[in-house]
Amino acid sequence: MSTLVGTTPLRHERDWNIGWADVGPFLALLVLLVIGFIINPDFLSATNLGNVITRSAFIAIIAVGATFVISSGGLDLSVGSMAAFITGITILFMNSMAPEWGLAAIPAGMVMALVIGTACGLMNGLIVTVGKIEPFIATLGTMGIFRALITFMSDGGTIPIDRSLREAYRPVYFGTVGGISVPILISIAVAAVASFFLYKMKYGRKCAAVGANEDVARYSGISIIKTRTIAYAIQGACVAIAAICYVPRLGAATPTTGVLWELQVITAVVIGGTALRGGKGHVWGTVAGAVILELIANLMVLSDFVSEYLVAGVQGVIIIIAMLIQKFAK
Amino acid sequence: MSAAVVLQSEKDDVRHGERPKMGPVLHAEGLSKDYGPVTVLSNVTLDVFPGEIHAIIGENGAGKSTFMRLLSGYAEPTSGTIEIAGRNVRFSKPEHAQNSGIVLVHQEILLADGLTVAENLFLGRELMRNGMVDDRTMRRLAVEKLSELGCHVKPNRLVRDISLADRQLVQIARALLDDYKLVIFDEPTAVLTGGEVERLLALILQLKRHGAAVLYISHRLDEVQRLADKVSVLRDGKLVGTYAGSNLSQMDMARLMVGRDLAALYPQKRNGAAGAPSLEVQGLVVPGYARDISFTARKGEILGFAGMIGAGRTEVFEGIMGLRAAHGTVTLDGQTIDIRSPRAAMDAGIGYLTEDRKGKGLLLQERLAPNLTLSALTRFHPSLVMRRAREQAALVDAVDTYDIRLKTLGVRAGQLSGGNQQKLLLAKVLLTNPSVVVIDEPTRGIDIANKAQIYAFVHRLVGEGRTCIVVSSEMQELIGLCDRILVMREGRITGEVSGDRMTEHDIALLATSNVTTAAE
Repeated sequence: MSTLVGTTPLRHERDWNIGWADVGPFLALLVLLVIGFIINPDFLSATNLGNVITRSAFIAIIAVGATFVISSGGLDLSVGSMAAFITGITILFMNSMAPEWGLAAIPAGMVMALVIGTACGLMNGLIVTVGKIEPFIATLGTMGIFRALITFMSDGGTIPIDRSLREAYRPVYFGTVGGISVPILISIAVAAVASFFLYKMKYGRKCAAVGANEDVARYSGISIIKTRTIAYAIQGACVAIAAICYVPRLGAATPTTGVLWELQVITAVVIGGTALRGGKGHVWGTVAGAVILELIANLMVLSDFVSEYLVAGVQGVIIIIAMLIQKFAK
Repeated sequence: MSAAVVLQSEKDDVRHGERPKMGPVLHAEGLSKDYGPVTVLSNVTLDVFPGEIHAIIGENGAGKSTFMRLLSGYAEPTSGTIEIAGRNVRFSKPEHAQNSGIVLVHQEILLADGLTVAENLFLGRELMRNGMVDDRTMRRLAVEKLSELGCHVKPNRLVRDISLADRQLVQIARALLDDYKLVIFDEPTAVLTGGEVERLLALILQLKRHGAAVLYISHRLDEVQRLADKVSVLRDGKLVGTYAGSNLSQMDMARLMVGRDLAALYPQKRNGAAGAPSLEVQGLVVPGYARDISFTARKGEILGFAGMIGAGRTEVFEGIMGLRAAHGTVTLDGQTIDIRSPRAAMDAGIGYLTEDRKGKGLLLQERLAPNLTLSALTRFHPSLVMRRAREQAALVDAVDTYDIRLKTLGVRAGQLSGGNQQKLLLAKVLLTNPSVVVIDEPTRGIDIANKAQIYAFVHRLVGEGRTCIVVSSEMQELIGLCDRILVMREGRITGEVSGDRMTEHDIALLATSNVTTAAE
């Protein structure tokens, strides 16, 4: 009765089974680099590339979190305003602790940022899963709430970080380790941890199952509520990490911090190869997606073809094209 | 065969007894329909005359709905012809059938919830006056049309606010706005309660009196007996015969609908006595689907659940599994178990194979190993980190144990044939090591060779001391496989058959009419 199945050659085949969604973003990245070089040879200089990738770090870190949410079949529009809110509250906390704790206020503030971020994500998650509200609406609501809170906290102006902390905090954005800027290292670390979560741990399996087919997951005894809520909490933690990196960049939080980041984040995830309707998440593709977005913005600045004021417009076009490709590639 | 003789003589009865004065409204000649290599309807010839209610009965999958789809333009016949009032017609779209005077009343309610009764009635063919929509006339006509059908809802009420029965009448009224010669009702009473059924049956008789021809598709034999002038029986896509309604008892109908010999598909029945009670269900209620469900399944027993589609069988087990809101007492080996979450039910030792393999059972885009272990992740990966080698070994084992045929271990679940998907699903559920295995429609869409294998696996499961519950719409499958069969109708268990009483005829009676036999 049993079939003859040779197992050794089969496993090889499995390893080589790589689809367009896996390599597409990296090919696009490569093509973009070549185009950039043709347009302006300075584009490929180490300084320029280093700057571009450093700038893309915030989006990359948040987008790694969004990969979890989108993979599990959710969506989070609140990430931009959540980042602003966390930045603001972190600075306020550090400033108030600085007189007493001195420089220890910085790590304490970072821990608090992570706690607040995770809590915000958890709240988004619970509204979506327990409250059974469409992710789009739920996070549209919290997006407004976070934005209002940062505007209220800053009184419409800015919340600057205390002078005594500024120098010590600077290296988190401007520093380098072994010639590579710190934000780049942090985003690589976040992506590495995330891909371990998503590809090596049970949770990743559940996440992809819930996103690919909620019914199958339910009938397999997987808790949709738990799985999706955790994804939102991870998203919140990622937003907090991005906020921590963002504080020294401008040294302040303003009501316009993180505006339209949700567009860039979702675009990065989608061009990274993760389907917006859920399913398998592509963490490294997402990182490539974030870099692609920043490269395009950089190219627009370096060349004179398109005004840099149109950057958001170009990003909007990219996400629509990426969605069309996903749709018609099926 | 005696059935054939009866068929012939009864047909003659029809011809000589009440020869119609007019020609048939519908004459279908040799209608066949193939889907790929599968023939779902084969050489059906049928006449329907004006002023006549012609019922079509048959088991699930007998070809009733295919026949209806051919007549109403939703599908084109592979061969054969349709004549309407003596004219040869070909329908490639439902509109063509409508233009020829064939009106189909769907089983499901296809109305726009957010629009009013009148708007729904005239949707897509609004009356215009001076370039504007003429609401007043439409409302007036709506009242007229609806009261003809005995329906008195206000025309400006939203469809979502009126009762299911009224919605159906609106749907019928909408169908009857066109000129009609032949009205086809597809299981019209499936969603209705007793009084509403009466109202609908009266309406159908009224249509008949007005000279319309009516095709009535149903598996409710009591209704068929009351209404039908003629009854045509389909079985396995073939017309068994057309009989005068008055000559046919419900018993006869059930006998004609089933009555085929069982192939040697099923393993020899085991003659061991069933063991201790395993799964005991007391007073289970699945709101909207089933009530008063109580039964006991014993160790080493194959217990069948029969009933027509919509009888609530699947919902009962989805309720027990915590996949659907339900309440009642469920005990497993004497322990009361929590039926609020699928995880709890699985951990307690109940495994459920869904009837919807592709939609709810397997991740078709995924490879086999993740599918196989999805219900048993914790068992496979006790720590947070996954152990892929273990998983791969389990897959190799499952492929061997369940004889899953595949090209490589790296294929995706969607690339497997139906039979192999079912074996994978069985392997997946068995990985949770359940003591009770519930298999819903074990062989739906599966070829005969895989069927035989699945049956053998079911026997192996009970041989290992597990309890097996088989839910199926195929009566002969249940008879061939089960030790005992519970029959459901309209959300209740109407009886139990076992031993000599385990015949298609007895099951069909319990599944379709109010007759209840003693459960012994």
